[in-house]
Amino acid sequence: MRDYVIKRIALFFPTLILATMLIFALFWLVPGDAAQLILGGGEEEAGQISIETIEKLREELGLNRPIYTQYGSWLWNVLQGDLGESIWYRTPVWDELGKRFLVTMELAIMAIIMAFVVAVPLGVIAAVKQNTMADYASRTIAMLGIAMPTFWLGLLVIYALVFFFDWLPPLRYARVWDDPFTNLQQFIFPALTLAFHDLAFTARVTRSSMLEVMREDYVRTARAKGLGEWVVLGRHALKNAILPVVTISGYQFGRLLGGVIIVESIFVVPGMGFFLIESIQHRDFVVLQAIVLLIAAVVLVLNLLIDLAYGILDPRIRYG
Amino acid sequence: MVDRLEERALPTLGGAPSLAARVPVKAVGRFAKRQPLGAIGGVIIIVVTLVALLAPVIAPFGAKELARNETGKITVYASPSSEYLLGTDEVGRDTLSRLIYGARISLYVAFGSVLIGITGFFILGVVSAYAGGLFDLVVQRLVDTKMALPGLVIALAIMAVLGPSLNNVIIAIIIGLAPAIVRTVRSQVLSLKEMDYVLAARALGASPARIVFRHIAPNCFAIYLILATYYLGFAIILEASLSFLGVGAPPDEPSWGGMLTVAVQEYFSNYWVGVFPGLAIFIVVLGFNFLGDALRDIMDPRLRNRS
Repeated sequence: MRDYVIKRIALFFPTLILATMLIFALFWLVPGDAAQLILGGGEEEAGQISIETIEKLREELGLNRPIYTQYGSWLWNVLQGDLGESIWYRTPVWDELGKRFLVTMELAIMAIIMAFVVAVPLGVIAAVKQNTMADYASRTIAMLGIAMPTFWLGLLVIYALVFFFDWLPPLRYARVWDDPFTNLQQFIFPALTLAFHDLAFTARVTRSSMLEVMREDYVRTARAKGLGEWVVLGRHALKNAILPVVTISGYQFGRLLGGVIIVESIFVVPGMGFFLIESIQHRDFVVLQAIVLLIAAVVLVLNLLIDLAYGILDPRIRYG
Repeated sequence: MVDRLEERALPTLGGAPSLAARVPVKAVGRFAKRQPLGAIGGVIIIVVTLVALLAPVIAPFGAKELARNETGKITVYASPSSEYLLGTDEVGRDTLSRLIYGARISLYVAFGSVLIGITGFFILGVVSAYAGGLFDLVVQRLVDTKMALPGLVIALAIMAVLGPSLNNVIIAIIIGLAPAIVRTVRSQVLSLKEMDYVLAARALGASPARIVFRHIAPNCFAIYLILATYYLGFAIILEASLSFLGVGAPPDEPSWGGMLTVAVQEYFSNYWVGVFPGLAIFIVVLGFNFLGDALRDIMDPRLRNRS
């Protein structure tokens, strides 16, 4: 177990560093540099600003240094919690991002819980009653979830809400610690929209994992020694079948964070996704970089935690 | 596997006829009978492809043409009628015509990104698994890192850097989606590598390149075809998402996703702006998924009943 933990953690850091490198490199490719963006907004207008001004700002921002020095000092700042200063707002990125990050995480966590609660039973039913109406129904739901673009589903949800309840997107979102009930009420529809897509994948994986496990010898043994069907399915089959489902849910959470961007822009939720779209419109690459980095860090840490939890859940890894 | 080995060993005796010769009408009929959903998917894709190819012939109006009434006034948000079957949009363009031309964008981006991206990363997966060692390690770490970044987020960042254009969308989709297939291909190749016929080829003195391209890659073709079919659907959704968020296709291009952007502000009325483009995306993606499932069932019996 200890070796496994050490090995897994040792694998985590190179990946994280590689991620920061890739993210840094991507934004380094932006035509024009930060100095031009700050002064002129874009390449086209850069000609009207004197070269000396740009050079001076470059000097200040340290853009004249070689790329690896720039990367090093950027990484050093990030490690100290300094994500830089927004080109558009001229304020530290974290001031704005911190609040929005919490909103997005709340939405994503709500969605993944909802998806899990619905998808696992759906997948189990589909597997146990393979090739029956229940199986087809649950597979159809899964198929709909995969083929239906999140933004269209979100729109349809809004149309339905407007049509049946004269609903309007809230002007202000209540924060969960101020007014939990209103907050829940406001988040439930965006979270449901998000969950539907996620649910489809989770149900599919649960179904195939269950089908595989149910063919195992130990399930037959459990049945043979006369255990009730519920005990066989719950204690023997599902307990083993759920492991792959947990594993993919880490990456699934990443996918969900992608979906959040869309759902937030439809339901006008003031989260990180909304901020990201805005930063693209403002060509505010400092903010964009910070958000992408934050998402990558969340997903990587989550995957690490899941893998470590695996060590506890699965004795084959603990002793292997 | 044994059959294939014999086929390879005795090429001069004829063996099975080529794949092209074996796909007459009868086979299509059998496919439709055994995989009804797959057949529906196939029909959807054929129809959409024809619509895209024949867009100028079928579409009642041009993609950017403004609808005018008798007095020559532009009719914005005309509701569906016999003249504008699916209504008109916020600047007065015919929704149906834009949907028809939009099929071109969706398919162009989907086929472009999948043909280049899936093929490229497929080759990378094969080579990485076969070569092993440091190269494999580096590729695997890169893919791992990419997996931590959601496809949409990466694609958005790339679009922000490159600026909106259809070819940039293709680049963004390739980098956002395709690397995931390296893993699938790699694990397949790792198991193929241990096959007897690979050992036999090596014993006969075949070069690594020959083994990879003549013996291993062809046996991954089924996986390639299945993955490519699914990814065509994913690519269509990703393009639509980017365009919906306003960073994909340039604004006046009739992208299905882009057409939905305006619908967000139209909560109360003009439902057709939001319903039909989404429906088009949904049906086409469903088509690719149906076909992908059917192909998987047929080509890889081991995966049958799995999901």
